[in-house]
Amino acid sequence: MAIDRSVVEKAAGLARIALTPEEVERFTGQLSVVLQAVERLKEVDTEKVSATASVLPILDVMREDEVRPGLSVDEAFANAPRGGRDGEFFRVQQVLEDRP
Amino acid sequence: MTELPHSIRGAADLLRSRRTSALELTEAALERSHADRHNAWLHLCDERARAQARTADARLKLGDATALTGIPWACKDIIGTKAIPTTAGSRILEGYVPPYSATVVERLDERGAVMLGKTNLDEFAMGSSNENSAFGPVKNPWRTDRVPGGSSGGSAVAVAAGEALFALGTDTGGSIRQPAALCGVVGMKPTYGRVPRWGVVAFASSLDQVGPFTNTVEDAAIVCEAIFGKDPNDTTMVTEFPDDDLQTDLEKGVKGMRLGVPKEYFSLKGMEPGVERAVRAALKVLEREGAKLEEVSLSLTDHGLAVYYIIQPAEASSNLARYDGIRYGLRVEGPNLLETYRRTRGKGFGPEVKRRMILGTYALSAGYYDAYYVKAQKVRTLIKAEYDRVFEKVDALVTPTSPTVAFAIGAKVNDPLAMYLNDVFTLPVNISGLPGISVPCGFSDGLPVGLQIIANSYQERTMFRVAAAYERATPHHLARPEVKAA
Repeated sequence: MAIDRSVVEKAAGLARIALTPEEVERFTGQLSVVLQAVERLKEVDTEKVSATASVLPILDVMREDEVRPGLSVDEAFANAPRGGRDGEFFRVQQVLEDRP
Repeated sequence: MTELPHSIRGAADLLRSRRTSALELTEAALERSHADRHNAWLHLCDERARAQARTADARLKLGDATALTGIPWACKDIIGTKAIPTTAGSRILEGYVPPYSATVVERLDERGAVMLGKTNLDEFAMGSSNENSAFGPVKNPWRTDRVPGGSSGGSAVAVAAGEALFALGTDTGGSIRQPAALCGVVGMKPTYGRVPRWGVVAFASSLDQVGPFTNTVEDAAIVCEAIFGKDPNDTTMVTEFPDDDLQTDLEKGVKGMRLGVPKEYFSLKGMEPGVERAVRAALKVLEREGAKLEEVSLSLTDHGLAVYYIIQPAEASSNLARYDGIRYGLRVEGPNLLETYRRTRGKGFGPEVKRRMILGTYALSAGYYDAYYVKAQKVRTLIKAEYDRVFEKVDALVTPTSPTVAFAIGAKVNDPLAMYLNDVFTLPVNISGLPGISVPCGFSDGLPVGLQIIANSYQERTMFRVAAAYERATPHHLARPEVKAA
């Protein structure tokens, strides 16, 4: 299926990726070609076939609920971007707006 | 420069008979790695390597050595290493230093192997040429204007150029086997669920598997024995299958074995005649060694690519959602949180990663989920069933690894579909969760060709048996590129 720019822009929005106008243009053409190639799956009859999410026949893998050592607070924050740590929290921008 | 021994086995013999020390071997490997002119390495950790080598020498003296004690190796930079930068080939992780090591690295550390450093790769393992690395392309040591394959290009080159005795890579659609083929070394992808993925940067979780690059088939079995086995931190591992001795059948030969030759693997448009010639010659060798060749049909081979290019980007778009600039990695601040996410990811990801994020997000989005994602999962069921049926008749399959030899740097970089076709013979193996190995089977236009051997799930021993028989009967694995020092 050929797609237009709005499809790429919408998916990039959902994926939280800022694209330049040139990228939107280029990806629209390239992804149209890829989507046309995957269209061929329509030829395969899958009426009575179930979906495979994983080839492993396993479900609900559990381990003992034991206390084990984990990362220290400092280790967990060691890679925080500059200015991204505030005590024992990651600092983020305000999400909720102030009430007037 | 001092050359490294040709194999892990050879080096282990020298170490045990005191004809060399782990430190000497490590110094030689570090010297060669620092002189590398192929951009194979992103980070070399000399001091850590020397410390590991000294510990290895102490163990050798005590008689407490394993097959890997004192053996220098190269780690694909998508596998997390404690206190050593791990970038996944991406700007978005530049400067990231993991607070823990992947289980596979811990297992090699415990056995006394010496990690030299981290190797270059396509960003987040997305690519077949290593041109998608944020840190520049890797060059093929056989011809430096050619790609090494990908995504584990740096790992393949480190072994091919004699800089490390083995390397780890990851294989989601062919990322170990294809670069192994293009660089003329052995590369192996284990059965899905036999190797822990804990600590490995996730790409497409139902397909990813860690595996080795080596000079010989026996070496691949040695490395697999070290990294196989249940890890309580990984919930996607086979629980029932016992660890077996993977070297047991190496010497048995192929006499009387039934080997399947899938006809669809030889009718692909775009297969180079030189590749087909080398692979057909390899089939003759296996026949001469006593194997019974049978033509088989895997009629859905053509559809593998479509299934793969829906499932893989869909899983990737979900996995890579974690790179948001909040807890680690790059952050590009915007006027609000949403803009910060968008700018961080817009700047941090390269073009191929963006393409796949968009494709995957589209395939999972409302209105398209059933038509693309669920449809692909259903065809996946059929592809797996086709392999199951074939393995009722034959012990293993023998195919080309890649339809072409190493192509020119830049040749396919703006044509994603042409690039994706590189993996047409390897990705059905990931879709079906099977083990596969690529071994050198000669040359076309002076560049290496790979022979792929695929076995049924958990039948690595059978796969190694066929590969080892072929290797014994031919000299191709001994050929090495002439490497000029910097």
